[in-house]
Amino acid sequence: MSATAVHSLWTTAGGVTSAAPGDKFTAPTIEYAQLAPVLIVVGAAVLGILVEAFVPRRARYTTQVLLTVVAIAAAFAAVVGLAADGYAGENANIAAMGAVAVDGPALFLQGTILLVSMVSVFTFAERRLDPASHGNRVDSFAAQAGSVPGSDGEKAAVKAGFTTTEVFPLALFSVAGMLVFPAANDLLTLFVALEVFSLPLYLLCAVARRKRLMSQEAAVKYFLLGAFSSAFLLFGIALLYGYAGTVSYAGIAHVVDGTVQQIDPALAGTMGNDALLLIGGAMLLMGLLFKVGAVPFHMWTPDVYQGAPTPVTGFMAAATKVAAFGALLRLLYVVLPGLTWDLRPVMWGVAIVTMLGGAIVAITQTDIKRLLAYSSIAHAGFILAGVIAASPEGVSSVLFYLGVYSFVTVGAFAVVTLVRDADGEATHLSKWAGLGRRSPLTAAVFAVFLLSFAGIPLTSGFSGKFAVFKAAADGGAGGLVVVGVVSSAIAAFFYVRVIVLMFFSEPKADGPTVAVPSPLTMTTIAVGVAVTLVLGLAPQYFLDLAGQAGVFVR
Amino acid sequence: MENLIALLVAAPLLGAAVLLCGGRRLDRAGHWIGTALAAASFVTGVVLFTDMLGRGAEDRALHQHLYSWIPVEGFQADVAFQLDQLSMTFVLLITGVGTLIHIYSIGYMEHDERRRRFFGYLNLFLAAMLILVIADNYLLLYVGWEGVGLASYLLIGFWQHKPSAATAAKKAFLVNRVGDMGLSIAIMLMFTTFGTFAFGPVLGATGDTSEGKLTAIGLMLLLAACGKSAQVPLQSWLGDAMEGPTPVSALIHAATMVTAGVYLIVRSGAIFNGAPDAQLVVVVVGAVTLLFGAIVGCAKDDIKKALAGSTMSQIGYMILAAGLGPIGYVFAIMHLVTHGFFKAGLFLGAGSVMHGMNDEVDMRKYGGLRKYMPVTFVTFGLGYLAIIGFPGLSGFFSKDMIIEAAFAKGGTEGWILGSVTLLGAAITAFYMTRVMLLTFFGEKRWQPDAEGHEPHPHESPKSMTIPMIVLAFGSVFAGGFFSIGDRFMHWLEPVTGHDHGHAPVSAATVTAATMVVLVIGVAIAWAMYGRKPVPAVAPRGSLLTRAARRDLLQDDFNHVVLVRGGEHLTRSLVYVDHTLVDGVVNGTAASMGGLSGRLRKLQNGYARSYAVSMFGGAAVLIAATLLMRAV
Repeated sequence: MSATAVHSLWTTAGGVTSAAPGDKFTAPTIEYAQLAPVLIVVGAAVLGILVEAFVPRRARYTTQVLLTVVAIAAAFAAVVGLAADGYAGENANIAAMGAVAVDGPALFLQGTILLVSMVSVFTFAERRLDPASHGNRVDSFAAQAGSVPGSDGEKAAVKAGFTTTEVFPLALFSVAGMLVFPAANDLLTLFVALEVFSLPLYLLCAVARRKRLMSQEAAVKYFLLGAFSSAFLLFGIALLYGYAGTVSYAGIAHVVDGTVQQIDPALAGTMGNDALLLIGGAMLLMGLLFKVGAVPFHMWTPDVYQGAPTPVTGFMAAATKVAAFGALLRLLYVVLPGLTWDLRPVMWGVAIVTMLGGAIVAITQTDIKRLLAYSSIAHAGFILAGVIAASPEGVSSVLFYLGVYSFVTVGAFAVVTLVRDADGEATHLSKWAGLGRRSPLTAAVFAVFLLSFAGIPLTSGFSGKFAVFKAAADGGAGGLVVVGVVSSAIAAFFYVRVIVLMFFSEPKADGPTVAVPSPLTMTTIAVGVAVTLVLGLAPQYFLDLAGQAGVFVR
Repeated sequence: MENLIALLVAAPLLGAAVLLCGGRRLDRAGHWIGTALAAASFVTGVVLFTDMLGRGAEDRALHQHLYSWIPVEGFQADVAFQLDQLSMTFVLLITGVGTLIHIYSIGYMEHDERRRRFFGYLNLFLAAMLILVIADNYLLLYVGWEGVGLASYLLIGFWQHKPSAATAAKKAFLVNRVGDMGLSIAIMLMFTTFGTFAFGPVLGATGDTSEGKLTAIGLMLLLAACGKSAQVPLQSWLGDAMEGPTPVSALIHAATMVTAGVYLIVRSGAIFNGAPDAQLVVVVVGAVTLLFGAIVGCAKDDIKKALAGSTMSQIGYMILAAGLGPIGYVFAIMHLVTHGFFKAGLFLGAGSVMHGMNDEVDMRKYGGLRKYMPVTFVTFGLGYLAIIGFPGLSGFFSKDMIIEAAFAKGGTEGWILGSVTLLGAAITAFYMTRVMLLTFFGEKRWQPDAEGHEPHPHESPKSMTIPMIVLAFGSVFAGGFFSIGDRFMHWLEPVTGHDHGHAPVSAATVTAATMVVLVIGVAIAWAMYGRKPVPAVAPRGSLLTRAARRDLLQDDFNHVVLVRGGEHLTRSLVYVDHTLVDGVVNGTAASMGGLSGRLRKLQNGYARSYAVSMFGGAAVLIAATLLMRAV
């Protein structure tokens, strides 16, 4: 093999700039300003690691919280700045040598992810719910994640007042990955982003202070199944590369459309082979459906949601879904629009079983966190209905739904952290009986969230569901809307059942107590309620915002 | 000048708001505030009236657009008023009689600790009634329509501590709902037919509309009128409504609100003119009711209920006249106005009698009161002469014209209607003479009540007698004033139109016939109640008398047909609900629960099973994608 051939192969695999043999290697150009949100978060995460290493233990918690909050706020400001510069509209472009898109959907989703992460981080930082142990205030995370549950080492760590402040940089890394995920414009960036946000999540799942064995089991399951799905995704990427000779979204789209510019001689045997395209596309889809928790790739969801520390569950349920649906939208709208008619029936099937499966299995759940997990599966189905619409309205309705749903989810899980008994959070539903008599405000707030999940008018859930179903119906998926409405009816049953349980059952004598949180968790819950009511009563401004952000750059 | 129109409504509305929200501190001054604002509305009406007289007949109507109520594309509802001659007539009647009755109530309700609230409700009634008659579209008219219904309900049940009053209020409300439904359906039909609710466009476009649609709208409007004006078959509430304080009976259930149905039909004249079938139903309803009410009025011993039967009957005359079309519209309204005077006067007289008789209402326990209550006797007597149509008094002119118009309808129909109205006039003379004789003549028959209090009949205070005197003037002179030179006809004609019809007999013949039946009616009553003493306990009476005492079995009919029928319907619906609907619902729920329980088992907690599920899912996904391409 000659040096030229090697060089050619190298550049082709490296990016879309298919330099002719013999050209000089040019350094990649990076538009730092356009990538500022991601860079800020990654920088803060790296800084957080240094804080762990160098800042004294006593000051670490405060430093980390401050650093995280400031970083997220700065990143959000950067997103707003980019949007104000027109990157969400006419100035949309592709940065970093074709790796990252800076356009309306990307900025909208990044903004959503950052805001949701902000309120999630507030619940991470909550230290008033658990009683202080050995004079130290504790949060939801294990004193020392590495210690064996129940061992002497663990007891010593608790006694010493250790805390796992690493959760903050971990969360930041995860957020960074999530920011890139919906903006990724080539398959390798997509994969890297996926791993960047998943790996910290696996770790975060394992570090619960209470019920540590369950937490670790959840983390292992999540990790195993996540790795399994990543393998599918990676295999799909390989097949698509074989099909198109490039990993760039635009490049693949050109091959699918038949407007390919040049055929790579090394791949002449496979390029344009539709079997590769279809199989690769399906596997890629599967990897993303795993992340959004669609049936039948949803089995991890209930176990992981239940086992993970509740603040992490809230973060995961909200932010992951936003990022993964963002990537799914971009994949379907930019890479595979030519395949719409091939993939549509399959997506129909997935959406239907997801909506019905989530709603039906939720009926018999007895644990509030598992109930919310199945509810999130059903909601993934509803969002898929909007994704299938294959129209600009479909995109904007999904964007709106994601924004709505993520705040309500974080708020709901934040309420779950408040209801406690001697063993920590009292998540079994029987313990929630009569909560409305004892703590009317908490129960009422939770009822608002449940009504929003159920999509009752005047809550944001209704606006979102209406937008999605309308887009789906206009996009020719009327049948899907019928199934969606039926599923909503089934889902309303178990949401309302919890409300009935809270308000119309006699409280038990040994029932749980509702802890009074610090302003941090209160803010999270208040934001959730505010979003629920504002977007339920006057959704138009935000619908317009999502509508303007609905065009992908290509 | 048109900006004053809103003031008509605003004054009493303000009064209602102040009196009902003001609380106890207004208890002392409440009745003065209420009366002053009613009077302010009357003065505004008079000013507008003078102004209107200064303009030519064709440009007398005024419009005032307040604001857009429901501005939706394709659905325009405005709060806008229209004051034309027809509305003006009502405005003066409502505010004039209304103000007099406010004054009367100051004395009548003096000992009632909730007097402030009473005046608040009266003001509320005035505001709603004024909205009803000056609205320039049917939707706003409906607001007033419901408003007077509410005020009527509140005032009938004003003494809600009495179960009979509470029940009567409920009954009035429920029966009125049936009529209100008719009005709302009529409005919806108008919207689908004409695309608007405003009087101008709707009534101007009737010429291009099919008769079927006009008939449907007309019948629904008639249903509404039946409810509000207590016409057969929705008449049953009016007798019970006498449970309310007597000023209420005088104002709402005699002079104004119950005539709203007549207003509605006359106002919608263009619709009825294009729907002869609907008009026929209107005259039938009017004819039946005028006899129904008159017969009931003959048998009642309760003075207010006898007068209520009379009200029903007189409104039957008006409805009949309105159903005659352009021949009768003017006379319907004229009789409405004169009736407003003498019937309000009669009720106030009845109230005055009760005031002096410890609230006794049974006429068999009155007798010989003319010596004790001279003013009441004279004013009541003048009202009596007016209603029976004594020559020269108000009722003589207005009723006579309706009878003439009925004959002028022509053909067999004209003869039948004419005879019915003549018969009605005879019965009217009979029962009113009976009331008069029982109350003011003969021996005194009153006895101590259950607690041993002997009644001491006495004349009422000035605040009560002055309104009675004023109304008596109206009862005597209004008819003649309106009729001489056909003043009223020329006044109203630009709005309602007029047609002389084809009278088969001359006007003089009709008048003579009326005089004959009048004398017959009075003579029979004199023979039965004037010549011989009246038993203090009612004799058993004939079958007809007994039926009439039970309001010609109206409640029995309603009970058997509507209440029992409704109960059966409800029971069968409940049965279907329990077995069929609940069965399906519970069955679905149970099957969903079962399915859920079974699916749940798939979630066994083993990562390996989850991985298998994912693998299977991926395989299906890929296979399905490939299959789609193959197909």
